[in-house]
Amino acid sequence: METLYLAIPLSALIGSIIAGLFGSIIGRKGAHAITLLGVGISCVLSFIVLKYVAIDGNTFYGDVYTWAQVGDTKFSIGFMIDKLTSMMMVVVTFVSLMVHIYTIGYMADDKHNWPKESRGGDNSYQRFFSYISLFTFSMLMLVMSNNFMQLFFGWEAVGLVSYLLIGFWSTRDTAIFANMKAFLVNRVGDFGFLLGIAAIWTYTGSVDYKEVFERLPAIQHITMNILPNMEWMLVSVISISLFIGAMGKSAQVPLHVWLPDSMEGPTPISALIHAATMVTAGIFMVTRMSPIFELSDTALNFVLVIGATTAFFMGLVGIVQNDIKRVVAYSTLSQLGYMTVALGASAYSAGVFHLMTHAFFKALLFLAAGSVIIAMHHEQDIRKMGGLKKYLPITYWTSLIGSLALIGFPFFSGFFSKDLIIEAVHASTLPGATYAYWMVLLGVFVTAFYSFRLFFLVFHGEERMDEETKSHLHEPAKVVTWPLIALAIPAVLSGYFVNPMVLGDFFEGVIHVDEVHPAIETLKHHYHGAWDLLTHAIFTPAFWLAMSGLFSAWFIYMKKPSIAQFSYDKFRFVHTILDKKYFADEFNMAVFAGGALALGKSLWAAGDRFLIDGLMVNGTAKVTGWFSSIARHIQTGYLYHYAFSIILGVLAIMTWLLYGAKYV
Amino acid sequence: MTFELFIFYLFSAVTLFSAVAVVTVRNPIYSALFLILAFFSSAAIWVLLEAEFLGVVLVLVYVGAVMVLFLFVIMMLDIQIDTLKEGFIRYLPVGILVAVAVATEMILVMKSDAFKVDIPDAAPLSVNNTEALGEVLYTEYVFPFEVASVILVVAIIAAIVLTLRRRSGVKKQDPSKQVRTRSEDRVRLVKMKAEKRS
Amino acid sequence: MIPLSYFLILSALLFSISVAGIFLNRKNMIILLMCIELMLLSVNLNFIAFSHYSGDIAGQIFVFFILTVAAAEAAIGLAILITVFRNRRTINVEELDEMKG
Repeated sequence: METLYLAIPLSALIGSIIAGLFGSIIGRKGAHAITLLGVGISCVLSFIVLKYVAIDGNTFYGDVYTWAQVGDTKFSIGFMIDKLTSMMMVVVTFVSLMVHIYTIGYMADDKHNWPKESRGGDNSYQRFFSYISLFTFSMLMLVMSNNFMQLFFGWEAVGLVSYLLIGFWSTRDTAIFANMKAFLVNRVGDFGFLLGIAAIWTYTGSVDYKEVFERLPAIQHITMNILPNMEWMLVSVISISLFIGAMGKSAQVPLHVWLPDSMEGPTPISALIHAATMVTAGIFMVTRMSPIFELSDTALNFVLVIGATTAFFMGLVGIVQNDIKRVVAYSTLSQLGYMTVALGASAYSAGVFHLMTHAFFKALLFLAAGSVIIAMHHEQDIRKMGGLKKYLPITYWTSLIGSLALIGFPFFSGFFSKDLIIEAVHASTLPGATYAYWMVLLGVFVTAFYSFRLFFLVFHGEERMDEETKSHLHEPAKVVTWPLIALAIPAVLSGYFVNPMVLGDFFEGVIHVDEVHPAIETLKHHYHGAWDLLTHAIFTPAFWLAMSGLFSAWFIYMKKPSIAQFSYDKFRFVHTILDKKYFADEFNMAVFAGGALALGKSLWAAGDRFLIDGLMVNGTAKVTGWFSSIARHIQTGYLYHYAFSIILGVLAIMTWLLYGAKYV
Repeated sequence: MTFELFIFYLFSAVTLFSAVAVVTVRNPIYSALFLILAFFSSAAIWVLLEAEFLGVVLVLVYVGAVMVLFLFVIMMLDIQIDTLKEGFIRYLPVGILVAVAVATEMILVMKSDAFKVDIPDAAPLSVNNTEALGEVLYTEYVFPFEVASVILVVAIIAAIVLTLRRRSGVKKQDPSKQVRTRSEDRVRLVKMKAEKRS
Repeated sequence: MIPLSYFLILSALLFSISVAGIFLNRKNMIILLMCIELMLLSVNLNFIAFSHYSGDIAGQIFVFFILTVAAAEAAIGLAILITVFRNRRTINVEELDEMKG
């Protein structure tokens, strides 16, 4: 069995290496075949592992290779395969496989995306496959790890591959700006993450999960001085630091700014990385660390509030976006906020459940958007689309399924996960729970509104594209539409795993919830399964809010577009704030980027030019010159002067020997 | 006042006087001659100290060779005598001061207890100075002896090389060039048909 | 017997005279060389005095070698002097200041 565990990440890695290093030799078909094979093997094996773990009830915890031993601490590569891990593995490999298949169609004529003179388009197809396989490997290492070092390795690796992929079309300025932004913002999160890991290592003496969790009771009551007169609980500091890492990776406010820009990358990676997998790494990490987070109400409150803020306010921005991918991006941000809120309410299983359902329907939505983009010849502005239903039937129906799942329409997967989160927040007893509850509830309306605004503007209504594009409109190839169908199935059905995943004991022993946080227990008490949730649906405010959101979108964008125009004219101020994403980007550019630039400039002028060049380098030269200009008067050139100085020296030595030696 | 002491005072006075004269007289020839006088009286003092071989060597080598060399050089160089003593008076105070300081310190050292040597009984030496020197020189100190001869060779070569002037038009042999010639440069064998006698 | 210190005092005086000579003489390089010879003479006297009073013949051996080296040095020194004179046409020490810093 151990070889199976090793084979899962390694087959993806091998596929990536072969496609990457030998891409030009094996050609496009060879590259996509080998990577598909690699990820396909990983996927099949992940399903086997899932059965082995979930149904047969086995877990695995062990080290594969010891990398280093520092004092008492061992740094190793190891695996921890339990139900959480195996669920994540299945999600990651399945979505990755779908994206691999999809990419065959999407990147088929990638050469057109590069400028004529550049050679970037020569082997870009193979390079892309190599990158997405590499990503799969990194993500698998992250979820399968059994210690913080490997977790961090996977964390950084997915960040790196995300950077490479966002800036895939490296000749575009916007892409380069976006990938730097993503990497730098991630780095800020990683800083907090590292602080958390360092604190854990210092106080527990280990980086291995099992050992850390075992030693938690010992450090539970330690406090530490953050600032000279501020004492905080150690577990709070650790939890908040770890969560800052999650904020960077899972794009919570204020470290969310990179996700919309990451849409510069090709659509397959938006589906894979920025919807289904990388951004969920933060959620996964917090869930994995549930024993630590449960000890600190402060941290949980923090998580709750940040998540709620992200959920609602990012959703609002999604309403005014006109780029098809941007709408889905802000939707992702909002849904990540939902998952985070669930974590804050100690409903980790609900958060992870929503992670799973969201991975499927969001990847589906992104790939469908990509299909529309292909059909529209890379036009992404929804104001230039409309009435695509009759041209792209498969895309239409799968998008509908995805959108209904997203808004939480009963019978679709999103309904189960989202409603549970809302109920969990309602049952939470933390100080921020009321605020969070209202945020997530209103967010349901907003989600429904922007989702169906997008849907109606793209697929229904009058056709606003030009004749040239219209004549070329047709459903893309099967390699593109088949993954859409394949993803639509779990988008509907995965919700029915709600019992045992959330309402049952699927995550027993993996996720720890203290009794003081009653959210999940309350849920289990009220609902016993999918059917319970469905029958109660009509009584929840969330259902009515979703319906009203859908109806409003239909009304405004299909029936009376004049309302939209009216509100645009009258409430231009609100529109500008939303359009500019609350001026977050401007703020960051001015304060952080501008501040860093100013600091750098001042250091250059004062430190480098004045101090080092002027004072130390040129200064020493000048002092040496000045000193030697005085000292050179000793070198008179006259022999007798030199001889005389010898004699004076002899005199001095004699005097010292005669009289001075006594005083030494 | 024993005879010894009188001799000592006499010769040391002459030495000191001629030393001062070396430094002060104007004509360099006179300086050289006074130096020769200093050497002679010094040699006498050495003989007083039962180092007669060395005293004679001093006269022979130093006076006979080195000072003659000095005189040669002085006479060879075309020296303007009058301008030579101008700055003397100006620096005299400082010079005398330094000299007095050096002398005083050295005398102070010698007056200290470390130098209160018991005057040894004049045990008569079994051999004369020359034999005594010879006994030691070729046995214990043979290595420095050989090195000294190397130094002399070096001095000869250095002096010659420094002052050698090559005159153009003089024919001379260059052994290294002679050795480096090749037969191909000098002789060329040519095969020819025999010619009829005409 | 003459005390040792007398000889040593004589040697010291000779040495200081030659020191003064080096300093005072600015015009003639030959005088400089002669003062050096005087210095060596005083040192030799020192050695012989000590050798006599300690009964050790090593002092005289040393004088032997000093004489040798002094002769060699005088020869080379004069050769250099001649070369300098050929190039600069002067032995005035005051005019030989090209090594000025």
